[in-house]
Amino acid sequence: MEELLKELQSKFPEVIEKVEQKDVPTIICKREGFLDFIKYLKEEKKFDYLIDLCGVDYLNYKPGGVPERFEVVYHLYSISMRILIRIKVRVPENDCWHYSVTPLWKTANWFERECYDMFGIRFKGHPDLRRVLMPYDWKGYPLRKDYPLFLDDEHEWKTYKELKARYKGKR
Amino acid sequence: MGTYLPFFIFALILLVIGVALITVNRILGPRRPYHEKLIPYECGLDPTGDARIPFRIRFYLIAVLFLVFDVEIIFLYPWAVVFESLGWFGFIEIVVFTILLLAAYIYAWSEGALQWE
Amino acid sequence: MGIEKIEKVTVKVAPGVRQVPGAPVYLTTIDKIINWARAGSMWPVTFGLACCAIEMMATGASHYDLDRFGIIFRATPRQADVLIVAGTVTKKMAPIVRRVYDQMPEPKYVIAMGSCACSGGVFRTYAVAQGCDEFLPVDVYVPGCPPRPEALLYGLVSLQEKIKRESKRWGCWR
Repeated sequence: MEELLKELQSKFPEVIEKVEQKDVPTIICKREGFLDFIKYLKEEKKFDYLIDLCGVDYLNYKPGGVPERFEVVYHLYSISMRILIRIKVRVPENDCWHYSVTPLWKTANWFERECYDMFGIRFKGHPDLRRVLMPYDWKGYPLRKDYPLFLDDEHEWKTYKELKARYKGKR
Repeated sequence: MGTYLPFFIFALILLVIGVALITVNRILGPRRPYHEKLIPYECGLDPTGDARIPFRIRFYLIAVLFLVFDVEIIFLYPWAVVFESLGWFGFIEIVVFTILLLAAYIYAWSEGALQWE
Repeated sequence: MGIEKIEKVTVKVAPGVRQVPGAPVYLTTIDKIINWARAGSMWPVTFGLACCAIEMMATGASHYDLDRFGIIFRATPRQADVLIVAGTVTKKMAPIVRRVYDQMPEPKYVIAMGSCACSGGVFRTYAVAQGCDEFLPVDVYVPGCPPRPEALLYGLVSLQEKIKRESKRWGCWR
């Protein structure tokens, strides 16, 4: 396991920022050069199973003083070697995009759509980036930390507001 | 005529009951049609796509074949009731009839009319 | 004059129902007959959205049978009388529920089953409609999370009693 991490660090020194050993070996890397890194992991190192792809919002909690607000986390599993690793990429708020891994793993299609829907991170190279959980014309990204839990009447979704106004109490 | 009188009374009662049920529904049923009620049902969404689908001609072929052979069976039933009194003449006649229809059956089979695809 | 004659010939068997003694001939009002027919054969459209659907299925299964009440679940709103909204109604689903309700023929009733359908339940969030009565006229509310089958049965029986109390909900001119 350590040999694998050392080999990756030596091969991609400018992409990998830090390697941590938590419950699962975690690699924190930069956005530039990320695609080559992940392609290498999938094809050479046989990490053929993308278990999860999700987003994190670090609005008020900045561990290690890192300035970027969002983070995209990948969990990759190698079925032949039985190794699970985690890859984290920080994404800044004003430049909120990341590379899409959909050409490599088809399952990333809906994961990235959910990440876009909930956090607003656009994925470059995604074939069909639109909302998947919220309605298509929803405004705002719900899982951000500054999104309200309950929408009051003026921020209400337009379609639902019209439905209520038309039909409240009417047969 | 006398043996058919119960049948006609029965048919009349059927007709009366059927018409009465529909009429009572028409009179007593509340009616409030509005636009959303009348559009086609598509699990709650707006109807999309065309309502017309390509029709398979096989259905028509099966129906026509059924009709022909059903009429043959209808002709066989009365013969079966009175075949003893018809004697040899009636027997040979029905065999000729059946052979003609058997020829039609073999033709339909060999042309692939009984295959679904 | 006619009423006294009728009362002399017939005998009362139930409130509002009189019977000609000895013959299977009953005299009653049209309201009573229509309400009895409607209450005895309420056909719900299966609208299970979330966990309450499981309890609705349990109520319809063999232990707490619903078929003995004349309740047969129909898959289409075109043949149904009552819409049992069982489960959380999200704002994305709300127009669809409303459309399904619209496509039911008259007379139609709505039962809000479960806390989420009654008032949003535990989910006071941006995506959940706070009760299906924000866009549907509800007749009976059955709270619970999920309501036990006995509770849903009580709600259905209450709807039956509500139907029997109705008057003049018939006639093609209405």
